[in-house]
Amino acid sequence: MHALDVDPLLIARWQFGITTVYHFWMVPLTIGLGPLVAIMQTMWHRTGNIRYYRMTKFWGKLYLINFIMGVETGLVQEFQFGLAWSEYSRFVGDVFGAPLAMESLLAFFVESTFLGLWIFGWGRLPRRIHLACLWVAIVGSTISAYFIIVANSWMQHPVGVELVDGHPVMTDIWAVLTNNTAVTAFAHTVLGSFGVGGAFLIGIAWYQLWQRRRDGIDAVGAHGRVIAGEAADIPGRDKADHRVWLTSLRIGAVTAIIAFAGLAITGDAQGKLMFEQQPMKMAAAEAACHTGTSFSVLSIGDPGSQDCKDVVGVIEIPGVLSFLAKGDFTTPVKGVNQLLPEYQKKYGTTLPDNPIYGERAGQKIDYVPIMEVTYWGFRIMIGFGALAAFAAAVALWMTRKGTVPKSKPVMLLAVAGIAAPFIANSAGWIFTEMGRQPFVVAPNPSGVDGVFMFTAAAVSPGVSFGEILFSLIALGSVYAVLMVFELRLLIRYVRGGVASALPELAHNTDDDDDKKPDDVLSFAY
Amino acid sequence: MDILPILWFALIAVLWTGYLFLEGFDLGVGMHMLVSARSETDRRVMLNTIGPVWDGNEVWLITAAGATFAAFPYWYASLFSAMYLPLVIVLLGLIFRAVAIEYRGKGTSTRWIRGWTIALGLGSFVAAFGVGAMLALTTTGLPLDHNGDRVGGPFAWFTGYAVLGGLAVVGFCLVHAATFLALKTDGLLRERASVFSTRWAPVALLPMVGWVLAVQLTNGKLGLWLVVAAAVIAGVWGWRAARRGAEGRAFIGFGAFLVAGSAAIFANVFPVVLPSTLNSAWNLTIWNASATPYTLGVMSVVACIGLPLVLAYQAWTYWVFRRRIRGAQLPKPATFGAAVKQP
Repeated sequence: MHALDVDPLLIARWQFGITTVYHFWMVPLTIGLGPLVAIMQTMWHRTGNIRYYRMTKFWGKLYLINFIMGVETGLVQEFQFGLAWSEYSRFVGDVFGAPLAMESLLAFFVESTFLGLWIFGWGRLPRRIHLACLWVAIVGSTISAYFIIVANSWMQHPVGVELVDGHPVMTDIWAVLTNNTAVTAFAHTVLGSFGVGGAFLIGIAWYQLWQRRRDGIDAVGAHGRVIAGEAADIPGRDKADHRVWLTSLRIGAVTAIIAFAGLAITGDAQGKLMFEQQPMKMAAAEAACHTGTSFSVLSIGDPGSQDCKDVVGVIEIPGVLSFLAKGDFTTPVKGVNQLLPEYQKKYGTTLPDNPIYGERAGQKIDYVPIMEVTYWGFRIMIGFGALAAFAAAVALWMTRKGTVPKSKPVMLLAVAGIAAPFIANSAGWIFTEMGRQPFVVAPNPSGVDGVFMFTAAAVSPGVSFGEILFSLIALGSVYAVLMVFELRLLIRYVRGGVASALPELAHNTDDDDDKKPDDVLSFAY
Repeated sequence: MDILPILWFALIAVLWTGYLFLEGFDLGVGMHMLVSARSETDRRVMLNTIGPVWDGNEVWLITAAGATFAAFPYWYASLFSAMYLPLVIVLLGLIFRAVAIEYRGKGTSTRWIRGWTIALGLGSFVAAFGVGAMLALTTTGLPLDHNGDRVGGPFAWFTGYAVLGGLAVVGFCLVHAATFLALKTDGLLRERASVFSTRWAPVALLPMVGWVLAVQLTNGKLGLWLVVAAAVIAGVWGWRAARRGAEGRAFIGFGAFLVAGSAAIFANVFPVVLPSTLNSAWNLTIWNASATPYTLGVMSVVACIGLPLVLAYQAWTYWVFRRRIRGAQLPKPATFGAAVKQP
């Protein structure tokens, strides 16, 4: 049919991967930054301190610029299962659609409606109600994350179903909602989002404090303590401005450090579940060919060849892999070489001769995920997560006397540090999703036999290569363009400082004397 | 329990109708910003009439899709994959439109504002047309094989019904948004909006009438002629109200036209959710496309709790933001660069 002999499956997988990773650049910032903005507004409500008001306005603006992108890329996700993965949708629909529908009915409606009330409710709603609207919206987005994680976790570890006519049929919604994979993954994901929110605050607040020093507004006294000043000719650069950024930075650093501590704990719990539920993923994360107890710090050779002969462990720490998987130092963890025959015996060596596989029927099944991706994805996740935690602690220490060093490279480093938890989040998801392959629904070793699905069977049979290629290119290029716009806007608002979110700081107040503040919309497009 | 698939068919019809009713005026306002507005103040006033509510309205679409997936997975899978290209374009339109709403006021250059206005207007048009085409085809049929997969290539969906449905929703959105703007704005804009619905309603609502009649004539459920008549009467009543300048009644009239029209369509096709134009034995119905009774039962509980709450807090939002918007109220646009200049 088509000139290029490429399997639509491959394009569909790239499309899902790209759109999902992209979606999950916006979402963790929404989940992580939202509660911080709500805390700032609560502080303002409690103390009446102008500092917290300005923080709420400034970070709230950045939150909204990012929020909309998360919402709209999420729309693609909601449609994508039906568009490109219709066989998947048919196979899992009885159980997988429920958490998605619950998400929109119980969480996303709440989030969108109450955020609209918050954006436009400044000065119109009573203050307490206005603040409550933000909290309700934030709780909505967190619950929304839970339902989505429930859906994803069911693909990692199907529970609460039985097999009827070859299809999983839901028998226990509580089992699906309380899937231990979902509970740990939710905690891990939300904490990862807080890491993103924390690093975002640190990097931007650092830049602002640095800018005040560069412009000679803030100086450093005898014992290295800050002497906050003000610049009358620059809107918003008054004394209160200094505390805005210092407090933001500290909130960000403390949030990040707590988040990363939690990430270690929840990640450990996930590792132990993965060892039981998806042993091949665990082995692939380690490029562990042979059964053993050692954690690989560095393996050379070519893990991507998916041939164990090519992988050579260079630095290994005995016992640590067992600790990750079982909590002791001696239990051997099964390697690829031992797992492979077990999988082949249980799930077959070639794709069955079933029409849903189309031309793929009879192909050899590769049970080993692409080890280059799983091995390095796992390490990039942990490495960048640890780096971000370390950077947050350093930032807290370096600003203990009230401001940041005058050094531009250090400032740039702090700004670049915003990327670290994003990278860790993406790597973690790429690892866990690629590590699930060749299954789209991974088999549950202690669950009902037959409840699993190969990715090769999931793609829409009626959709052509050309259509998926078109949508991949269209979505990819639109996403790229929108990324440029989002970054441009964020940068513009960041550079403008608080005055960009509070135009009244920049305008001469005499102009507005004839209008009562009540007549002016508090926030308008 | 045989009642559950019927209940869910009704619920999904409600979700789609709610979506068309609520996002109908959002999408229409987006199109009016491109074609009817005469000044930047007009455009800002228009945008701010939907500002607090549009995002909540869009969730009706997401919920309609999600609920279809949960309750009728085979319907969701077949309809969306069969309409792959148009739905991808609808998604792109919705993305551009939403980002434009949020971003257009956050820049200062004329190019920035102009560019996002086009994205907003075109995005709204594409989304309205595509959703209309999809809904028309799920009520009139697609060339599906026994597995529910589309045959006939990527453009097999492109038929007269697709165009009719697309025009129906676009036309309805334009009129609906005009009556909405007449209710939410003041001065010249309010007058012009009233004139628009008076002048264009008879033409713009015709494709919707055509779609309702097409479905009614094909399925021929005699009793439903009453509902079709109710739709037409509501439309005419709304139009007459618009001519008299009774803005509230006009809005109610056109809204009732949509609700009755949509009810006539869904009730006519019941119990078929997606007919196959190749072989009626391959039709997807509420019986062969639905999830199991257990799943439907769980989802019914969720919907019984969730939907009334949604209606309550969305109604409250409209109450909070019930006031008309005037150009003089708009704050100055954001300024940039002031704070970064070197001292």
